[in-house]
Amino acid sequence: MPATPRKQVHLAAQLPGIHNVTVWSDPRSGSQISIDSFIRLAQTVERGKFDFFFLAEGLRLREHKGHVYDLDIAGRPENLTVLSALAAVTTRLGLAATVNATFNEPYEVARRFATLDRLSGGRAAWNVVTSYDAFTGENFRRGGFLPEADRYTRAAEFLNTARELWDSWAEGDLRADAATGEFARAGAGRFAHHGQHFDISGRFTTPPGPQGHPVIIQSGESDAGREFAASDAEVIFSKHNRIDAARSFYRDVKRRLARYGRSPDDLLILPTANVVVADTDGEAAAYAAEISRELVSPQTAIAHLEAVWGRDLSAYDPDGPLPDIEPEDDAHLLKGHSVFRKGRGETARQWRKIAEKRNLSIRELVIEVGGRHTFVGSPRTVADAIDHYVQSEGADGFVLVPHFTPGGLDDFVDRVVPLLQEKGVHRDDYTGTTLRDHLGLSGAPRPAGWGGPTARDESDDPDEKEIPA
Amino acid sequence: MTGTTGAPGTPLHLAVALDGAGWHPAAWREAGARPGELLTAAYWAELVAEAERGLLDFVTFEDALGLQSAAFHQPDDRTDQVRGSVDAVLLASHLAPLTTRIGLVPTTNVTHTEPFHLAIGIATLDHASKGRAGWRPQISSRAADAAHFGRRTTPRLTEEDVTDSELIAKRLRELFSEGAEVVEAARRLWDSWDDDAEIRDAATGRFIDRDKVHHIDFQGTNFSVKGPSITPRTPQGQPPVVSLAHASTPYEFAALSSDVVHVTPHDRAGTGAILAQVAEAVKRTGRDVTSRPLRTFADLLVLLDEKPGAAARRLARLDETAGAELTSDAEIFTGTPGELADLLLDRHSVGLDGFRLRPAALPHDLTAITRGLVPELQRRGAFRTEYESTTLRGHLRLPRPVGRYAKAG
Repeated sequence: MPATPRKQVHLAAQLPGIHNVTVWSDPRSGSQISIDSFIRLAQTVERGKFDFFFLAEGLRLREHKGHVYDLDIAGRPENLTVLSALAAVTTRLGLAATVNATFNEPYEVARRFATLDRLSGGRAAWNVVTSYDAFTGENFRRGGFLPEADRYTRAAEFLNTARELWDSWAEGDLRADAATGEFARAGAGRFAHHGQHFDISGRFTTPPGPQGHPVIIQSGESDAGREFAASDAEVIFSKHNRIDAARSFYRDVKRRLARYGRSPDDLLILPTANVVVADTDGEAAAYAAEISRELVSPQTAIAHLEAVWGRDLSAYDPDGPLPDIEPEDDAHLLKGHSVFRKGRGETARQWRKIAEKRNLSIRELVIEVGGRHTFVGSPRTVADAIDHYVQSEGADGFVLVPHFTPGGLDDFVDRVVPLLQEKGVHRDDYTGTTLRDHLGLSGAPRPAGWGGPTARDESDDPDEKEIPA
Repeated sequence: MTGTTGAPGTPLHLAVALDGAGWHPAAWREAGARPGELLTAAYWAELVAEAERGLLDFVTFEDALGLQSAAFHQPDDRTDQVRGSVDAVLLASHLAPLTTRIGLVPTTNVTHTEPFHLAIGIATLDHASKGRAGWRPQISSRAADAAHFGRRTTPRLTEEDVTDSELIAKRLRELFSEGAEVVEAARRLWDSWDDDAEIRDAATGRFIDRDKVHHIDFQGTNFSVKGPSITPRTPQGQPPVVSLAHASTPYEFAALSSDVVHVTPHDRAGTGAILAQVAEAVKRTGRDVTSRPLRTFADLLVLLDEKPGAAARRLARLDETAGAELTSDAEIFTGTPGELADLLLDRHSVGLDGFRLRPAALPHDLTAITRGLVPELQRRGAFRTEYESTTLRGHLRLPRPVGRYAKAG
């Protein structure tokens, strides 16, 4: 009797962007903006037969105490423009862009994704996020006009409208028949959408690419976010990288699919993961500790504390104890950042408790509560852990975020991927040409759309690392 | 006229305008055309590679936020002409890693698209092409396009308006002035990171020097942008801005906003007259052309064949297929590459810096440019025999602007 086939591990990579998981002080850390960095990382993960390459978005530089935040890596390209370039130097790798539904209009976004899908031969994906953030809005004509509650309905209607635009050209509408002189069918691209947020009509310019619709990604974890993923998305990102929490998230999200006539395989759950790999488990653990320390410089430790306390703490010694003064719960020193928007008083109390109990300095505390590495160990240890995680239904795979650019996934691709292939849980080569093929979605019905409140509930910037309380 | 180059010592610049199957509405039905591939990456990659083989300064990509139409001012329901397009900035960026020298100049709409998105898109193209990006901002002249966005309405031009460039410009004057503001906001965003803003100073833990990243606080008539850009300063600092102009208002737009202006004279005398109008607009706006030169290009729609008379016969055949005589805002040229070289050098001597040629049919008229016209000009010592720089500013001999917020020293 043949054994039950093992679940395949789906892998994606994210270029380290504007966050504190990039060790920019590492001498191997190259340019975050040079096209060569993007090409190098994309080609590396394509060599590793990854499903897709992903870019987060942040439409305003973060500010801290009224100044541009200067301690983390900063400066990024426009996502779809850089992915269109990468489409020319890769052949199979999926290309996923975060694009905000608040500071854009459906006609343009639909057109740009249809373009990317065409240029890439069917490899485009859209991570739909929203924002009501007036701070970011200052860069746009629209401004920060949108009430928080409305951004959810706007995002859902935005996505539905984009789908109407992609569907406005039917198969065969592009005739290009020189003999008869018919280039396009009459009425091709005609659309009309009259809704609460969008009232638009006319002709759409771009016949869709091979995928018809790009793959839709969602990254919210609230109840509404999960429901939206179940109704509308094909991939959901999550931050759950502890297996118990991840399993319960996985069960809950997959359970919701039936309600929309979808099967569990129609939505992939991909948590973000950091991997630290070295020759031995011991060496990897030491390297992981070093990375954690590098990520939290003395200045970064104070800045994180200030973000929670909502007040200037520059007089405090990062190697000394936590402040005994109380946080200003309403003061937001850090702008354009998702972390610490809520419950900062409670966070401060918990941090103080941890620090006192374990006698930690400010910097040690910030390192302690900062992101833990998801997988640490030798190539064998990491491959086993990833496989176990997926087989035990904690995830369908992972979005890997390297610690530096562009060589940060070289070790993973060269040393861990072959082990996953040996286990039969990761493809030896691509078997299809589109991202839908890679994700196993080719036969799946398209999501019906509009299942209720939507979109990302905490952050505009999925690469932000949440610092747990 | 052979052998003379125009203003002595000034190089002649050549660009090609790529659009669909070419600029003749029936070009897609020609034997050499590939009408089913106009929206594929491979089609464009071949065209741009050919243009680069011809050492051209740049190629432009047409675009609009609405379907093509035979009418200037409104959509049509025709099915016998090329319809459908892809986003020009993304297309240009896709072609960037496939080329090494040629400038890539996409058209974008500046009436509906957010200025911030435009600025970071073009900046990213400059990073992706390592300094070969240009930008052709264009206002939206079709009221129907506004309904695609549903955010505003724009003036609805009448049949009478579109008979006269000056009338059109007058009716759309506010959109031109807003367009100039969009370009200004973009240029400020491009300057908002000093060249040396990234410091990676491990000792102080700082990745950037925050005193070298600036809010732009742009306040326009209808919009404002806070800044700074999310994209660091690009290889060219500011990618060159290119605009097409047919009347006084767009000349003024060019004088304010552009590094290259495309004009549409129909003969030698008209060339001089238009150059005088452009010069007057430059004077009116107070632009200092020593520090900010404005390159002038004339647009020509070209049909080229080696055999005398063949191009004219081809035009007649294309017109017959189309069922109408070709009309264009630009002068239509039919002839041999040698005859075109004569004409270009003559016009160059009037004071034009260069030409943007619109091939009537692709790839035929493009290869006639790269393999016929260019060698002809080279024989006459009037065109480069190899690229002498790696950036579009370099090809155009435009200085790299200093960031306006950067403190000297």
